[in-house]
Amino acid sequence: MKHIVIIGNGISGITAARNIRKRSNDNITVISGETEHFFSRTALMYIYMGHMKYENTKPYEDWFWKKNKIDLVKDFVEKVDPDSKQLVLRNKGNFKYDILIIASGSKSNKFGWPGQDLKGVQGLYSFQDLELMEQNSKGIKHAVIVGGGLIGIEMAEMLLTRKIGVTILVRENEFWSNVLPIQEANLISRHVRSHHVDLRLNIELKEIQSDGNGKVKSIVTNKGETIECQFVGLTVGVSPNIDFLKNSGIETKRGVLVNEYLETDVPNVYALGDCVERKYDLPGRRNIEQVWYTGRMMGEVVAQTITGEKTKYEPGPWFNSAKFFDIEYQTYGNVWNELKSNEMEFYWEHASGTKCVHVVWDKLTNQFLGINTFGIRMRHECFDIWLREKRSIDFVIEHLAEANFDPEFFSQHEDEIVSEYKKVTSLISQ
Amino acid sequence: MKYLQTIGLTLFVIGFALFNVSFFWSGYQLTPEIVKSQISDEKKASALLLETKEIVAPEPSSNFKFVADLSAAFERVNERQLAIFSLSDTELDKLASYNKEKFTIASVDSVFRGNDEQSAFKRKAFKDNGSWLDGQATSREQIQTVADNIKKYSIISQFGFDRYAVKDLKYSITKAAAISPVKSNPTLYLFLTFGLCIIGSMLYILPKLKLPPGIKNNGIFFNVMKNVQWLGILTGSWLIAFYVFLYFYPEYMTNWVLMVDPVSRLLSGNEAGRFFLYGFIYTLCILVMGVRMLINYRHSKYQILRTCSVMFFQTAFAFLIPEILIRLNQPYFDFKNIWPLDYSFFFNNRLDTLLANGGLGVFMLVWGIALIIIAVPVLVYFFGKRWYCSWVCGCGGLAETLGDPYRQLSNKKLSAWKIERWMIHGVLVFAVVMTGGVLYTYFTNSSWVLFFDSYKLREIYGAFIGAGFAGVVGTGFYPLMGNRTWCRFGCPLAAYLGIIQRFKSRFRITTNGGQCISCGNCSTYCEMGIDVRWYAQRGQNIVRSSCVGCGVCSSVCPRGVLNLEVKEEEGRFGKAILIGNNGIKLVD
Repeated sequence: MKHIVIIGNGISGITAARNIRKRSNDNITVISGETEHFFSRTALMYIYMGHMKYENTKPYEDWFWKKNKIDLVKDFVEKVDPDSKQLVLRNKGNFKYDILIIASGSKSNKFGWPGQDLKGVQGLYSFQDLELMEQNSKGIKHAVIVGGGLIGIEMAEMLLTRKIGVTILVRENEFWSNVLPIQEANLISRHVRSHHVDLRLNIELKEIQSDGNGKVKSIVTNKGETIECQFVGLTVGVSPNIDFLKNSGIETKRGVLVNEYLETDVPNVYALGDCVERKYDLPGRRNIEQVWYTGRMMGEVVAQTITGEKTKYEPGPWFNSAKFFDIEYQTYGNVWNELKSNEMEFYWEHASGTKCVHVVWDKLTNQFLGINTFGIRMRHECFDIWLREKRSIDFVIEHLAEANFDPEFFSQHEDEIVSEYKKVTSLISQ
Repeated sequence: MKYLQTIGLTLFVIGFALFNVSFFWSGYQLTPEIVKSQISDEKKASALLLETKEIVAPEPSSNFKFVADLSAAFERVNERQLAIFSLSDTELDKLASYNKEKFTIASVDSVFRGNDEQSAFKRKAFKDNGSWLDGQATSREQIQTVADNIKKYSIISQFGFDRYAVKDLKYSITKAAAISPVKSNPTLYLFLTFGLCIIGSMLYILPKLKLPPGIKNNGIFFNVMKNVQWLGILTGSWLIAFYVFLYFYPEYMTNWVLMVDPVSRLLSGNEAGRFFLYGFIYTLCILVMGVRMLINYRHSKYQILRTCSVMFFQTAFAFLIPEILIRLNQPYFDFKNIWPLDYSFFFNNRLDTLLANGGLGVFMLVWGIALIIIAVPVLVYFFGKRWYCSWVCGCGGLAETLGDPYRQLSNKKLSAWKIERWMIHGVLVFAVVMTGGVLYTYFTNSSWVLFFDSYKLREIYGAFIGAGFAGVVGTGFYPLMGNRTWCRFGCPLAAYLGIIQRFKSRFRITTNGGQCISCGNCSTYCEMGIDVRWYAQRGQNIVRSSCVGCGVCSSVCPRGVLNLEVKEEEGRFGKAILIGNNGIKLVD
């Protein structure tokens, strides 16, 4: 029996552990210094907002791990030594493995701003970050969040539930417009403002000022403006959490480098999830993807490989989803923030200004390339099939109602969307 | 907004405090007229009057003292009547020695001579109870048995008050004897209690319209009411106390019943009973908290329609129509209540009432049976059990409105699911056996079925399941164990609907490909304690007998993963499949 050791108990590592267990009797140990049990990182915000308790964010009951013979070790890995197949743990010392899976996740970016290590300045990624945020936001009046992305908007939503005023500084000209097309970015910017967030666009952080006691007092923007605040959220992205791999001999760049089998350059060492940087390109995908779903898929793949069925990591069509305050967002295929030269687009927005559909297709072949929806739920299965089958945009628009996943009795807008699409495309063809 | 809400909360607290004060706020004066009006048997009435001299005095006393005095009076009447009418040992010895070897029943006439009432009773009672001794060898023991039976059954029912009569009379006499501000001005107090509570609630709830629509579960787990903290525990205790009084000690809550007398007279023309009071409060709770539900979920048409539905069915079907039927001299009937939730549907008194009421009565009987054998399976097949549990049912209606703030308290553990399956199906079996016994007794007139007494069994069911479980635990435990404790662990109709939903239905909750992020909102807010996430994160349809289809899992999902759907049966128990990853074979 082999001893498979997994560093990290997030979705990637745990998916790998569970799927290995289904297929083999090897010894499995999962090491994490963050929490004893697997919890859903994406639910951290709900704990702060009082929607859930920490207990509720655990996808499996505590007895699950023992029953499935998955050993849990609560410790931090300080060093990896592939030559002797050993880890060095902060408290428990040396720890042997036969196969190592690195799934150590991300850490929040900091770009060397003056004052970025003051008390009251933080990112939000780990359970410890949440505890810190609980302390840092106690009794305060105003917060500044730097960065217009998913974690930034979550942080804003969290702080507002504690009646803390929020200013968001966004470098781009609309919220998240480095990812979203301008129409959607604009829709979300409006929605964010409707929640009384002071959203400032085209602006950057210059420095964070101290109150003299090591605590944040205010920030200064690149336009010279000072904003008083007792909390600064740094949400300018995350990067692979791989400092402990320095000098291990495992090849890394921004992340742990892996081939299509998620193997590192060292035998019997694999890497998964947020901490991975793919050596090879996949069309339409970045080489570092810090998304729940990709971590899960990598876990499924590596489990198959390790249990004797060598499998390439070949994710199907891209999909993702999020929720911005009250508006749900889903995307299938690729809708880039800027239209590519071969692409055509159609954008429909509901009169309420809180729902929209944005489709993109290939100008020449009419092949459907991707869809963004806000405020309307879509059926993943439909788009997965249509994208794989390379369906035409006309087919997709015609069958759009089939893909609707909104609850019963919800207003349906497909008729309106289809007729507007026809109007617009017939104008173009004239 | 804050301002209005504070005023609202203050008004509610004042109204609720007055309501509680009015429970105690009464004096009592028992007059011979009251006793005579409540007890039709003149002899019994005068027997009671002999024992109630001290409470006839025109001094006010508390409800607890008055009820205690009244109970003592009933006991004294019973003791006195036993002393008067029991057969003494001497008389029994005499009877034994009179019948030297063989017992003849005619000898009773010779032993209990005399034209007085006692002797007449003794003669008749011994003949009724002891005819089986006739012609047998004389046995002092057997004679004693007959005498004991007379003491136990005949004397109390003929000259005294048995426990059923005592229970009813304590309540009706207390109500009639009350002298209280509430009694002299019920409408005013109705306004000062219920009125203020309703106005206060509305002032508290309506300003929420100013918040943007969407899921707002902020602070629920920090809330002293919604997270089993002091206020939740206090509320639960109050509710439990309310149900205990309602079902077991209604004589203490007569002041509350008096308050709703005007409403009852308006509707049915009769004075209010305790269950009218209960129905009135129940309906108000569903309406007021229904408005809250409508506002909280105004972004979801499913929730809007569903909430309107439970508000309508409670108000029209459970509350108004039965009262109007009474006004029209028809039997009281709730057209949406279904056996075995309506466990007394086949009780002989109810069957007799329906059958004695001509066409409409027979229609009601046929309607009730059709609901059980046609509506339940057919509608569950097409829509799932939700058509009843979260759209029509009164218990469900209360859980979805008054109980909504507590839905996150249901236990999601696998062990709780195991207990649930044993308990709910156990109650279903109990209900079926009990009803079988009831019907056997109805058709054969024999109360003994195999090894049990069908009257005893229905009494146990009524006390432990009907009142104890459905009422005290079912609602009293809202703030402690969540709003569907009864529906999940006890309701036999839910069990029946659930069996069909599990095995033969088009309903399921589908999961959306690979979009689940395991956040846990769905499981947390599932009032039935289903670990929805367990299915969602592996991409499996949720087909569970307990799911009442409230749709809240779908509402709280931040990623659009869950949807309540009715589709062709094929593929309903689909395999776990997560879309989007090539080359992956899933293993169970």
